[in-house]
Amino acid sequence: MTTYGRGLRGLSLAAAATITAALALTFFYAPLDANQGFIQKIFYIHVPLAITALCGFVFGGVLGAMYLRTGERKWDIRSYVAIHMALIFGVGTLLTGTIWAKASWGHWWVWSDPTLTSFLIVMLLFATYQPLRFSIEDPERQSRYASVFSVVAGAFVPLNFLAVRAAQAYVHPRVLTLTGGNLPGSMRLTFLVALVGVALLYVTLWKYEMAAKSTRMQLRALRRTLLGDDAVAPLKRSAAPS
Amino acid sequence: MSRLVIAVAPALPLHSAGKYVAGAYIVFLAMVLIYVAIMATRLSRTEREIAQLQRDVDAQRSARDADREREPVA
Repeated sequence: MTTYGRGLRGLSLAAAATITAALALTFFYAPLDANQGFIQKIFYIHVPLAITALCGFVFGGVLGAMYLRTGERKWDIRSYVAIHMALIFGVGTLLTGTIWAKASWGHWWVWSDPTLTSFLIVMLLFATYQPLRFSIEDPERQSRYASVFSVVAGAFVPLNFLAVRAAQAYVHPRVLTLTGGNLPGSMRLTFLVALVGVALLYVTLWKYEMAAKSTRMQLRALRRTLLGDDAVAPLKRSAAPS
Repeated sequence: MSRLVIAVAPALPLHSAGKYVAGAYIVFLAMVLIYVAIMATRLSRTEREIAQLQRDVDAQRSARDADREREPVA
């Protein structure tokens, strides 16, 4: 039995401290962007959310692969929660991105930008994950099919990212590259702290969700042990593994 | 077209940009708070289920004790 609550307090405090530090750096330390001015401050929340969401989808795929390898239900639950959390962070990315686009470009959405459109495609792809799960009644098949989906869709994420990077005609600024990009030191530090903060938040919320699911399952098992099978109500059809 | 829009768009002054930056950070904060509210709802449901389980176990134990007292002593 895994106890997901272990270390959760320290992790929560670390996430809160890092995000607070990131906000302080964003508004009191990082200089104003010469081109975009104050509006560029959205970068420090939008890009970390996007990177964390995409990594979350890949993480869900890796956990799905672990389920296919071992057949243990815990991997399917972990994969489900990872994708669920990544979807929430992805919605945050889209919302902050559209606000930035409106302020910067005067439009809520620019279809000709490959980064925006490809992120939307990834989001729409993963938006089908929950309906796919819900459509399969048998829990065993549900886990297996969902894991295959998570592996394939998770592999699509880096491929999609590379394809967009390789595209020539883009309007999204390229500030992060393997050679360090063109961010000045103070901006890079702020960005990295924000990225660590958002990543810690993702891990914290993932652990919270896992702890909640695990507790409910243990409670159900305890009820069955103490009062017998009749005392446990049959599970309703759900997209979530149970 | 969009490249042209960016090229001609000047940096927004603080009083115009402020609402957008605030909006983006409020979205982030709201996202976290909504998640915490959902988790709080689930937690209260789990607490209710634990309380119900406790009541059921107590009732089962009382019934067992009552049965034992009713048994004739030889």
